[in-house]
Amino acid sequence: MDCTPIIISIKTTALATFFAFIVGLFAASKVRKIKKFRGIIDGLLTLPMVLPPTVVGFFLILIFGKNGWIGSLLDKVDISVMFSWQATVIAATVVAFPLMYRATLSTFDDMDENIIFAARTLGLSEMRIFWTIIFPNSLSGIMAGTVLALARALGEFGATMMLAGNIKGKTQTISIAIYTAMQAGDRQTAYEWTIVMMIMSFSMMIAMNYFNKRNKKIIKTAK
Amino acid sequence: MALHVKIKKRLQSFDLDIEFETNREIFAVLGSSGCGKSMTLKCIAGIVQPDEGIIELDGKVLFDSKRRINLSVQQRKVGYLFQSFALFKNMTVKKNISCMLSSSDKNKITKEYINKFKLNGLAERYPYELSGGQQQRVALARIFASQPKLLMLDEPFSAMDSFLKWQLEQEMMELIDDYDGHVLFVSHDRGEIFRLCDRLVVMHEGKGQKPCTKEELFYQPKTLAATLLSGCKNISRARKVSTHKIKALDWDVVLATNSVVEDTINYVGIRAHHIQYASDNDENIISCRVQRIIEDAFSRILLLKGKGEEIIRWEFDKNNILEYQDELCITIPKEKLILVS
Repeated sequence: MDCTPIIISIKTTALATFFAFIVGLFAASKVRKIKKFRGIIDGLLTLPMVLPPTVVGFFLILIFGKNGWIGSLLDKVDISVMFSWQATVIAATVVAFPLMYRATLSTFDDMDENIIFAARTLGLSEMRIFWTIIFPNSLSGIMAGTVLALARALGEFGATMMLAGNIKGKTQTISIAIYTAMQAGDRQTAYEWTIVMMIMSFSMMIAMNYFNKRNKKIIKTAK
Repeated sequence: MALHVKIKKRLQSFDLDIEFETNREIFAVLGSSGCGKSMTLKCIAGIVQPDEGIIELDGKVLFDSKRRINLSVQQRKVGYLFQSFALFKNMTVKKNISCMLSSSDKNKITKEYINKFKLNGLAERYPYELSGGQQQRVALARIFASQPKLLMLDEPFSAMDSFLKWQLEQEMMELIDDYDGHVLFVSHDRGEIFRLCDRLVVMHEGKGQKPCTKEELFYQPKTLAATLLSGCKNISRARKVSTHKIKALDWDVVLATNSVVEDTINYVGIRAHHIQYASDNDENIISCRVQRIIEDAFSRILLLKGKGEEIIRWEFDKNNILEYQDELCITIPKEKLILVS
């Protein structure tokens, strides 16, 4: 069995989760403070989660294709995103981001506003309030969001297929390998990849349940 | 050196409009829930921005709509004790108290406040491991450690049972006694106000009335809202009859008064425990029918109906055994009447 899809999947998922984590946390920390047009901004940021992956892939091609906004800029310095390994990371990041963002924002919103007000009256700067109070108190929600983003990045198929294609040893992730094997009538390989995928997904579910339990415990003891 | 507040703010259900000045005393804002008390504190703290007005603390302008001054919450240096105490759940007691101190004498100050607020032995505990009273002490220690010029208490005892409440009230007063800044205390409980504060302002639907002393509030309340908030249970609409006589419309009775009746009189009130059993030579006698008898812990409450529509509530000590049947005569002492314009 050719193991490259596992390596590609793990590399892609790790990097995509990392980016989704940073961007999702940043977006949530900004949206938390917004009062006007919050619904619209929130909707836009959640879009990649609710749109069909092929539509997301289509938009990504519009942006990163040779004639796209970013694609044309990168083309000038001889970088082509389309059908590269980096494209799998971009596609996975974009679809995983909303999960991270939403989970984080909802824990931020759940926080007792008075605690933040109290911190301000004590003279703590906004930066310190975020890192020493809001972030640690939202940790379980942030972790749950990260696990969700991880699962989504690992399972990503549609947008990756459109932006990165299906190149063996380069952009072929496990999800795509299963599809390819089935297309070729190779049930044996499809089974193997499916088992690998199930093991990975299942361990993630266990991790998520662990964080949820901890979350509940914290809430319970806090009362 | 004073705190001067004069602010207006348009809110959804009413307009906030309040003005008062305090002078290193315990000053209270008394009002029923949802009347804008907490909103007033939030405006002073800078959490909420008023539409117009001025807030000045010891000569420093915190907010002035005309001069476009609006200091941030952090710059205002006011302490705010929230009802829920708002402790940082992820920090130990020690961390809660020390988190805003600068590094130089952090340990010394933290130790000092832990001692002063009797928190020895609890320094390494988390807020959820503390009792309500301990949490309050941590919250106060944290506020005092930040050296505020003004301390604001937002209904600190409202969610507590009466025993704990009494204990915390006494504890808090001891701790506040040493504090030489201004204290602003918000409550809907007349007992708390009477025990804790010197002067107060009554607030009704966002509107702050003229500040008064607590004695003025309880003995000569000026408005209907103040009369109700001071705990007066019997209130009737009233009309002037002569200089020393009024007609209580809801009780359908003419009452003699001690003080001169103003032309503008609108209401008359009598506290439930000021009513007395009538003897033959009393004035202001009302003959009533007993509608209901309510046994309270230490008193007995009779709901009485005279000629008028409104029920009169009479409360007296259980030990006073009075003979009464279905009908009886009460007298309303004229020196105890509350006349409200």
